[in-house]
Amino acid sequence: MSTSAEPAEAIGITESPHRDLAAQRVIPLRHPGRWIATAVVVVLAAQFVHGLATNPFYQWGRFGYWFARPVILRGLWVTLEVTALSAVLGLLGGVVLALARLSHNPVLRTVSWVYIWLFRSVPLIVVLLILFNFSALYRTLSLGVPFGPSFFRFDENKLATELVVATIGLSLNEAAYAAEVVRGGILSVGRGQREASAALGLPRWYQFRRIVLPQALRAIVPAYVNQLIGLIKGTSLVFYVSLLDLFGQVQTMSSTYPGDVVPLLLVATAWYVILTSLVSLAQYWIERRLRAGERG
Amino acid sequence: MSAGTPQAGDAGAIRPLVRVRGLKKSFGSHRVLDGVDLDVAEGSVTVLLGPSGSGKSTLLRCVNHLERPDAGFVEVAGEIVGYRYRDGRLHELPGREITRQRTQVGMVFQQFNLFPHLTVLENLIEAPVAVRGVPKPDAVAKAGELLARVGLDGRQSAYPRELSGGQQQRVAIARALAMEPRLLLFDEPTSALDPELVGEVLGVIRDLAVGGMSMIIVTHEIGFAREVADQAVFLDGGRIVESGAPADVLDRPGNERARAFLSAVL
Ligand SMILES: Nc1ncnc2c1ncn2[C@@H]1O[C@H](COP(=O)(O)OP(=O)(O)OP(=O)(O)O)[C@@H](O)[C@H]1O
Ligand SMILES: [Mg+2]
Repeated sequence: MSTSAEPAEAIGITESPHRDLAAQRVIPLRHPGRWIATAVVVVLAAQFVHGLATNPFYQWGRFGYWFARPVILRGLWVTLEVTALSAVLGLLGGVVLALARLSHNPVLRTVSWVYIWLFRSVPLIVVLLILFNFSALYRTLSLGVPFGPSFFRFDENKLATELVVATIGLSLNEAAYAAEVVRGGILSVGRGQREASAALGLPRWYQFRRIVLPQALRAIVPAYVNQLIGLIKGTSLVFYVSLLDLFGQVQTMSSTYPGDVVPLLLVATAWYVILTSLVSLAQYWIERRLRAGERG
Repeated sequence: MSAGTPQAGDAGAIRPLVRVRGLKKSFGSHRVLDGVDLDVAEGSVTVLLGPSGSGKSTLLRCVNHLERPDAGFVEVAGEIVGYRYRDGRLHELPGREITRQRTQVGMVFQQFNLFPHLTVLENLIEAPVAVRGVPKPDAVAKAGELLARVGLDGRQSAYPRELSGGQQQRVAIARALAMEPRLLLFDEPTSALDPELVGEVLGVIRDLAVGGMSMIIVTHEIGFAREVADQAVFLDGGRIVESGAPADVLDRPGNERARAFLSAVL
């Protein structure tokens, strides 16, 4: 406690009758500007909420009617399906592309660079439309050795094809962005970590999996979640390849019930907000788990 | 074939644990090692000295193949590091062979390089369990012994960031020892430490020297070098310009550069 007396002495208060200055409570500085700003914001927000609730333009009754309609839930399910598939495939592709770009092999490095450059340059909607027209030309899509046996075959079932086209398009696009996120994360881990694990005799793959990746994830997760939220909303483009996702169903219903356009859009908004909130929640939880060793 | 085995044709001498012959290494057009020859006897301590950029770290890193030489070779315990000699040529070894060779050589870095996302205990048992297949309970018990040896028993569950620099470096030494290496390499182990923490790390290294551990140490601590080294080597411009007993190299250097460097450091 001796230190608290020093500044007091410096400004000459110790000579005053307040001997036990150390026991006094500190009175914080007032910030009147903050109070005014807060008041203004609160009033504006209240007005906005009041308007939302009372303006007949929004037709909250119709909103309630549509919110959990089976047709909307079907669209929501498609959105979830396409998002989840593209998020996983995109991340896997991104890891492969990032490793290729960081490899010593000049061919892999170049191919990866060109891929990322191309898919970051072309708008997603263009990729989707090209794939869609492709799939109209080739009614079946197969993946395998050129001229050899194919590993996968997607049949001509209409819905499956559109789902596949949408998923492939989004995954191709997502992989290019994920690659940069993953590469940045890996580069953020110091060279010394790799060298220390090599010096201990850990095999290369093990070094990556146990030492580099867990540390890289701390940089990758927030950036990739950002990417993922973009993806959730990006799925609304699949409507243009005739896949009826959440947005697609809303559009279809709007043309059937023109009077309900606004509540239908609000339903879509509400669901997208719920989805991104869930993802943000997951992000918070994952980041907390990855933070081991950072405290102190 | 193990080191310490008398070799026929070697005039009855003991084969050194480490033999470096004609080692050359360039980065681009910059020649960093220019034909280095060096022997390190089993159980001995070699101190590497030299001005900044003289190639000390590079030489050390060639010993466990973190750098790949352009010419010449390093031999540890009778095996050429990173290569196999066959039909009069050196053939590069596959990764898993190099990995196996590295388990015989521990390394301690200037910046400690502990794994920040793992606890002290996890840092120590990771490699023994994953690489040498030591059962986890045994590895944990061994880690406890090693931590006691470096004066840190009880800190098993701490994360590296919660330790002082000196403590981190002692954990790093324990981590290297956990693999039971035949040789330890130190690259300026105390250069990143506050002056008052240098002593505790040097103390641990001194104990290892007394215990007969084979070590190659890059350091600027001349007093410490004089005390623990069996052999002192002075490197300049990628060549060994002076080597021998510490008393000779440190106190009566014949080489002009070595003299200038040592008088500046002392
Ligand atoms: N990976 C690398 N790429 C290019 N140049 C390098 C690399 N590693 C080292 N060098 C260069 O090689 C030379 C010798 O480096 P080295 O680290 O072996 O020196 P050192 O004797 O350990 O010096 P210091 O006392 O500063 O640690 C330096 O000029 C350095 O810049
Ligand atoms: Mg160095």
